[in-house]
Amino acid sequence: MEFFAPYTFGEVLAFLLQGLSLTLIIALTSIVLSFAFGSVLGIIRFLGKGFWGKLAGAYIDVVRNIPVLLFIISFRLMLPTYIGSYKIPNKALVSAILAMTVFTSAMVAEIVRGGLNGVPHGQWEAARSQGFTLWQTLRHIILPQAVRHIFIPMMGQFVSCLKDTSLCQVLGVGELMMNATVIIGKYRYASQVILVYALVAGIYCLVNVLLLKVARRIQG
Amino acid sequence: MFQGWMWTEVFSSWKVFAKGFLGTISVSTVSLVLMFALSLFAALLRVGRNKGLRWITGVLMGFFQNTPLLVQVFFLYNVLPLIGIKLGVFSVGSISLSVYTASFGAAIFEAAINSVPKGQSEAAYSQGFGFFAVMTRIVLPQAMKVAIPPMTGQVVNLIKNSSVLAMVALGELMYMTDSWSAEHAIYGPTFLLSAVLYLALCLPLARLSRNLEKKTRR
Repeated sequence: MEFFAPYTFGEVLAFLLQGLSLTLIIALTSIVLSFAFGSVLGIIRFLGKGFWGKLAGAYIDVVRNIPVLLFIISFRLMLPTYIGSYKIPNKALVSAILAMTVFTSAMVAEIVRGGLNGVPHGQWEAARSQGFTLWQTLRHIILPQAVRHIFIPMMGQFVSCLKDTSLCQVLGVGELMMNATVIIGKYRYASQVILVYALVAGIYCLVNVLLLKVARRIQG
Repeated sequence: MFQGWMWTEVFSSWKVFAKGFLGTISVSTVSLVLMFALSLFAALLRVGRNKGLRWITGVLMGFFQNTPLLVQVFFLYNVLPLIGIKLGVFSVGSISLSVYTASFGAAIFEAAINSVPKGQSEAAYSQGFGFFAVMTRIVLPQAMKVAIPPMTGQVVNLIKNSSVLAMVALGELMYMTDSWSAEHAIYGPTFLLSAVLYLALCLPLARLSRNLEKKTRR
């Protein structure tokens, strides 16, 4: 196609999709890590009235109210290149994932805490009166009910995590937004620039809408 | 990374950060007003009787919700000059920020309006009220009570998202932080100060949102 000269449409799309794969890698890794870390944090926050609960609460409140871009930029500059004598491979990517994880786990923790709050208190009392331990109560009684309140907002959070990965372009990580910026730099005409942006927006939108669709289907 | 001289250096340039802080406040305030008006307008279209408008508004909301703010900002920033529209970076920033946040705000307003019992609007229609009068006099005053706590949460998001505008060199806090720290190669204290300033804006609002939510639930 002459329209995208000096490249073909296929080449442009392939380059963008290559960026998308890295976007998905960053997003999925951060999401999995945040899910693990954030759930623990949310449960501690929900249960703990003591020191640990306060600490988890402070972490959640502080991190949630700072822009994720600040984490991304500061992690890039403040992460050491060496830990002892071990050189961190692919530092930009690692700092991107770490920054996203630190931020997203606070969001996940708040969602988990909200979900746990949504389970009526009587459920706790009933379980404990039957001799369930704290862990058993959580595992068999509370969490299965909380999951219903947690699932949809969690998917929403994952979508915003995926969107936030676009900010990782400041790190020079070749994810979708970075690749888009590179390609758009090659074009001068409004129609070409608009079309590439539309393509990028379309890719993001498609992935996110699909995610949400799947989530709604699973929820039933 | 956090030596004493760095702190003195940072605080001797306090004017830079004050300027950035004010920049964040002003772009957020302008976007907030625009966002509020736009959300309300879109929500009214969503509950209106025109099927086509309802559908289009829904599609647009979905589109803006599911694409990154950065794409929208870059689009306006790079495309508008190419088609001959010259807008300052502040206008570009506040337009994209408010449209992006409004796509979520509209969903909140829509849900709030739908949460008002149908009987309320039916009763008003039966008394000869038009759509506009029903909304402004009967439904919206009740819907506002439901919408305000989550909207406050959106304001927090709006302030946080204003940091994205640093990518188009709008002189708000994030941009000032990034450029000042790069210029002086002082990172730790700069980022910490910037984080504290963002917290000073967002934390009280987040608290307010949570308290309002507790109050309405009761």
